[in-house]
Amino acid sequence: MSNHIQNDLPQSITEKSKLAKWVNDRLPIIATLEDTLLKHPYPKNLSYWWSFGSIAGIALVVQILTGLFLAMHYVPNTAMAFNSVEHIMRDVRYGWLIRYIHAVGASMFFVALFAHISRGLYYGSYKSPREILWWVGIIIFLLTMATAFMGYVLPWGQMSFWGATVITNLFSALPIVGKSIVAWLWGGYSVDNPTLNRFFVIHFLMPFLIVGVVLIHLVSLHTVGSNNPTGVEIKTKKDIIPFHPYFTIKDMVGFVAFFLVFGYFLFFYPNSLGHPDNYIPANPMVTPAHIVPEWYFLPFYAILRAVPDKLGGVLMMFGAIALLFALPFLDKSEVKSGAYRPIFKKVFCLFVINFAFLGWLGKSPAEGWYVWASRFSTLFYYSYFLVILPLLPKFEKTLPLPESIDADYKAKH
Amino acid sequence: MSEQESPNLLPEEKAKEEKVKDESRRKLLVGTAYTAAGIGAACAILPFIDSMNPSKDVAALASVEVDISNIKLGEEKKVMWRGKPVSVRRRTPEEIAEAEKVEMSELRDPQKDSDRVKPGKAEWLVTIEICTHLGCIPIAGEGEYKGWFCPCHGSQYDTSARIRKGPAPKNLEIPPYEFVNEKLIKIG
Repeated sequence: MSNHIQNDLPQSITEKSKLAKWVNDRLPIIATLEDTLLKHPYPKNLSYWWSFGSIAGIALVVQILTGLFLAMHYVPNTAMAFNSVEHIMRDVRYGWLIRYIHAVGASMFFVALFAHISRGLYYGSYKSPREILWWVGIIIFLLTMATAFMGYVLPWGQMSFWGATVITNLFSALPIVGKSIVAWLWGGYSVDNPTLNRFFVIHFLMPFLIVGVVLIHLVSLHTVGSNNPTGVEIKTKKDIIPFHPYFTIKDMVGFVAFFLVFGYFLFFYPNSLGHPDNYIPANPMVTPAHIVPEWYFLPFYAILRAVPDKLGGVLMMFGAIALLFALPFLDKSEVKSGAYRPIFKKVFCLFVINFAFLGWLGKSPAEGWYVWASRFSTLFYYSYFLVILPLLPKFEKTLPLPESIDADYKAKH
Repeated sequence: MSEQESPNLLPEEKAKEEKVKDESRRKLLVGTAYTAAGIGAACAILPFIDSMNPSKDVAALASVEVDISNIKLGEEKKVMWRGKPVSVRRRTPEEIAEAEKVEMSELRDPQKDSDRVKPGKAEWLVTIEICTHLGCIPIAGEGEYKGWFCPCHGSQYDTSARIRKGPAPKNLEIPPYEFVNEKLIKIG
C-alpha cells in the first residue's frame, strides 16, 4: 500500500458483533472487507473515468450469467446450432431477452473496456509503479477478445462461419508449421463440427479464467494504489477517502448510466450492433460479399488488411496490441497525467480519432483510397507509440503539477 | 419546524433533535434504496428462473389427441403423453363386471371402478402404464387379475388397473382426459 496511509476506522465490526468476530477468527473475510472498503486509501479526486473498471466487472458478471442460461438450451453441433439459437429466441421463456442481453452485452463490455483503457492511456496509469497492473489488464483484454471471437462463431450464421474461417486461416501465415497448426485448430480440413464443438468449450471456460486474471488485476491495484486525474501520488491523509460510501455510490451512478445505454440498444435496436448476414445459416459454399468482424475488432482488422503481405499483416495486427505491453518503457515522461501535458493532449486526441477512423476503415471494402488511408492510419497508430511518445518528453513543456491531490482539490472547489 | 414542535429546548438540545431527525431520514432513504434494489434484483432474476421452465415447444406437447374410433372391443392403443406411455383400453363387458364387483376392503388403494372412468363411458380405461412401485412398464393382459403384470417385482393390477398383489402402493395413475367427441379423446 502506498505510504501506508489509510483511512481511519474507529471500530471494527468484530468488536461490536460476536458473530463477526467468530467468523473473522476462522476466515479473515470481515477484516479483508473492512480493509478494502473502509481503510484502503483512494484519491479523493477520482473522476467518472475511474468507474469504467467496475463497469467492465459488472459486464463480465452479466455475460457469465446470461451465458450460463443460454448454454442450457444451445446445441454446439453444426446440424443444430443455428436452430437451437432460434429455439431460444422463440420457444424458451424469456430466451429472446437472455440472448439479446448476451449479444448486446458483449458490445457493452468492449465499450467499457475501451473507455477503461483510454483512461489508462491518457492519465499515464501504465507508468511506474503500475507496469504489472497494466500488463495484467492487457492480458484481460486479449482473453476477452478471444472469448468474444469464439462466442460469435457459436450461432453458426454466415458471419460466424466465414469470420472463423478468415481468422483461423491467419495462422497459416506462419512459415513451415502454419498449415499444420490450422488443421490442428480446425480439427479437420476446414471450419466444421469439431471446430464448433471445441470453440463452445473454450468459450465457456475462458470467462472463468478472466475472472481469475481480474482478481490478480485487483490485487495488483490494491498493492500500488489507484492513479488519479493529477497523476500526483497520495501524500497525506488529506488526499484520501474510503471506497465506501464514496465510490460505492459513485460507481452505482456509473452502473445506472451503463445500463441506460445497454437498455437503449437491448430493448430498441438489439440487432443494430450485429450483422444481418448472421441470420443466414452458415454455408461453406457461399462467401458473403463483405466479411466483417464485430465492431470492436474493426480497427485491428483494418491494420491486418492494410499490409500487403499475409504474414506481415498478421504480425502488424498482433503487434498493435503487443505494443501496449511496451508502453511503460516507451513513454518516459516524468509527468503522468495528460492534463498537464498540452502537446500530449492534442496528440492523444488525434490517436483516438485515428483509432476510430481505423475502425471505420475496417468495415469499408479493401479497395481504392481506403487501402492507402488504412496504411497511413496504421502508420500513425504505430508512430504514436514508437516515435511520438518516446520523443515528446525531450521537448515538451509540461504544466506545473499541483503540490498534492488536496491542493488541487482546494484550488478547484 | 423543530422550533414549533419544541419551543422551549436549549440550542444544544435542538441541534441534537435535528441530528436525530437527519439520521432517521438517512435511515429511511438508505432503507428505501436497499429495498428498491432488492426488488430490482428479484425482478431481474425472474426471467432467468423462468427460462428453465418447459419451453413453448415442450409445453405444446402437453396435450395429445387420440383417435379412438378404430379401437376394437378388448383392444388397447398405446400413446406417448409427456414422455410417458399411456394405454387407452376398450374394455369388454366381462372386464367391466370384474372390476365393478371388487370389494373396497380387498384393495390396497381403494377406488371404485366408476371413479376411474368417465360417467357413461365405462368401456374406456385410460391409464399411465408406469408401475407405481419403482417405475417399470407393466405388461398388459398378463397376471392373475387379468389387468397388468409388472415383470420387475411382480406387481399385479386388475381390469381397472388397480393394484391387487405385489409391492406397488398405488393404482396405475389415470391422466386428466376428456372426450372431445365419440371418436376423439384429448389427454392432458
